[in-house]
Amino acid sequence: MHPILAQLRRLVFYLLGWIPLAGMLAYLLAVPGGLTWWQAGAVAFPLCLLYAFVCLAAWYPCLATPLERSSVPRFLVTHLVGAVAASALWLLVARTLGRMLSASRGFRGIDSRLSDDLPLLFGTGVLLYLLAVGFHYVLLAVEASRQAEARVMQASLLARDAELRALKAQVNPHFLFNSLNSISALTASDPPKAREMCVLLGDFLRRTLGLGEKPSIPLAEEMSLVHAFLAVEKIRYGDRLRMEEAIDPAALDAEVPPLLLQPLVENAVVHGVANLVEGGWIRLGAQRRNGLLEIAIENQFDPEAPPRRRSGVGLVNVRQRLEARYPGHASFLAAASGDRFRVALTLPVESDPVRAVVRNIPQEKIL
Amino acid sequence: MTVPEGRRIRTILVDDEDLARQVLREFLSAHPEIELVGECANGFEAVKFVAERKPDLVFLDIQMPKLDGFEVLELIGTGPAVIFVTAYDTFAIRAFEVHAVDYLLKPIGTSRFEAALERAKERLSGKLPPPPLPAIELAAAARPPQQYLDRIPVRDGASVFIIPVAKLDYAEAQDDYVALASQGKKHLKQQTISSLEASLDPSRFLRIHRSYVVNLERVSKIEPYGKDSHVAILSTGAQLPVSRAGHARLRAFLDR
Repeated sequence: MHPILAQLRRLVFYLLGWIPLAGMLAYLLAVPGGLTWWQAGAVAFPLCLLYAFVCLAAWYPCLATPLERSSVPRFLVTHLVGAVAASALWLLVARTLGRMLSASRGFRGIDSRLSDDLPLLFGTGVLLYLLAVGFHYVLLAVEASRQAEARVMQASLLARDAELRALKAQVNPHFLFNSLNSISALTASDPPKAREMCVLLGDFLRRTLGLGEKPSIPLAEEMSLVHAFLAVEKIRYGDRLRMEEAIDPAALDAEVPPLLLQPLVENAVVHGVANLVEGGWIRLGAQRRNGLLEIAIENQFDPEAPPRRRSGVGLVNVRQRLEARYPGHASFLAAASGDRFRVALTLPVESDPVRAVVRNIPQEKIL
Repeated sequence: MTVPEGRRIRTILVDDEDLARQVLREFLSAHPEIELVGECANGFEAVKFVAERKPDLVFLDIQMPKLDGFEVLELIGTGPAVIFVTAYDTFAIRAFEVHAVDYLLKPIGTSRFEAALERAKERLSGKLPPPPLPAIELAAAARPPQQYLDRIPVRDGASVFIIPVAKLDYAEAQDDYVALASQGKKHLKQQTISSLEASLDPSRFLRIHRSYVVNLERVSKIEPYGKDSHVAILSTGAQLPVSRAGHARLRAFLDR
């Protein structure tokens, strides 16, 4: 589709651009051409309106003769032939118009005077067409640069997506080393418990490995991952770690990106419970409302805890993943008040059309 | 600190996780020369215990509630021999390597544990010199790059105060100490003013004089004082001398 005909707004601007050209043509016909101003205007404006559309056809030869890949002779021949053909067509119309007008009062003899002006009209037609050719090449260049920009944007989006994939597949090394140390402690004091912890840790690791591949999983599956994680942490922290859940059963089959909540729960453990001498609670709530899945994770923390030696990548990562996946349709809010830290997320659930569109993008394309 | 021949080495374990202390307890139980005198589950307890009971050897976890391992070390000074224990902390481990401080990685293996304990014993018997680096410098070296202090722990006897840097008005050098002025009180800490300056965010704190670092948010006026020097008047009413170089730095900051 021609870029100017594709949008009414562009077409209007294009035609407005022809008004001064029509004025110039009227001047040519009136002053050197010998027509009265009234006659010149009556001929020039319809002719230019028509020619405006004829010149749009220059788009196709321009498209077929790209500036950077065409030889000079081919370029000249293509556009000169186009210019002559367009101008000839224009003359034909001009003569017909002249004949039709000469019948009416005030235009008598216009046909013969127009015939005298034919070389002038022809030259103008060729020039106007060549002007249109230049204009179309500018259009093509603008279009090309816009496409290049879009490609760069797309590439950076893909890169970010790849990065997020890498991030979500990552298990926190702290968690792993500390868990191994706990197992090491238990092997002497409580061998059955050591074995249990090995199994729990293995279970958690296996789940995270499998999940990185999937675009989304039911909330129930994410919750069982969270439980596997907490089961390991519970052995480390004992009574210091208290988990409370309030999950609407209707929310359990809503699809969520895998490893969306686990990093948030891990954050709550590492920056909350772990810094409290007496431990603390983590509350996780989820519900469906108006086509949205609302999740809140709240935990106690010590506002005067030692400075973090690790940056809070978890929160940033989850926020970015939500933004990349549901642009404009998800929200992420993290805030501390007093000794409580709360993260609230909303995201569209499966039945939402936006979500369906997102899910329809084949994974191969994203990779 | 050295332990006389024949006396057992009085040792404490500092870690918030019971299972982590349990491993160390188990390993230490094979050593009759070690006397386990206490276990602490957080940094405050550890500082208090060290101040009151003066153990010879401390196994010190880094990530803990209240005070982290480096803050504990800062406050207990170089009295006892310290073996750090951590799971995974690249910056801390690099600092330990560079400054020859003993450390153990979780999960802790027996042979590595024995080697560290052997070194600690040599230190305590005076055969090995203690790590040459003051505790504060070690903590600074272990801090992740571009990360400035956001609080300063200080100790008075067995009690610990935490001064958030936002509440620090200024610091004044006093021989080997710095006096930290905060909320109308002054707290002494064994540290040089230069090392304190280096650990504070330069966009919030400025060295205005050989002996003074000031919190820029507190500066309300700068007035000429005498022929060549200036005085900074803080919102708390305190007046601090400003040296010529300090005045130039202050001007450069204010013009920015």
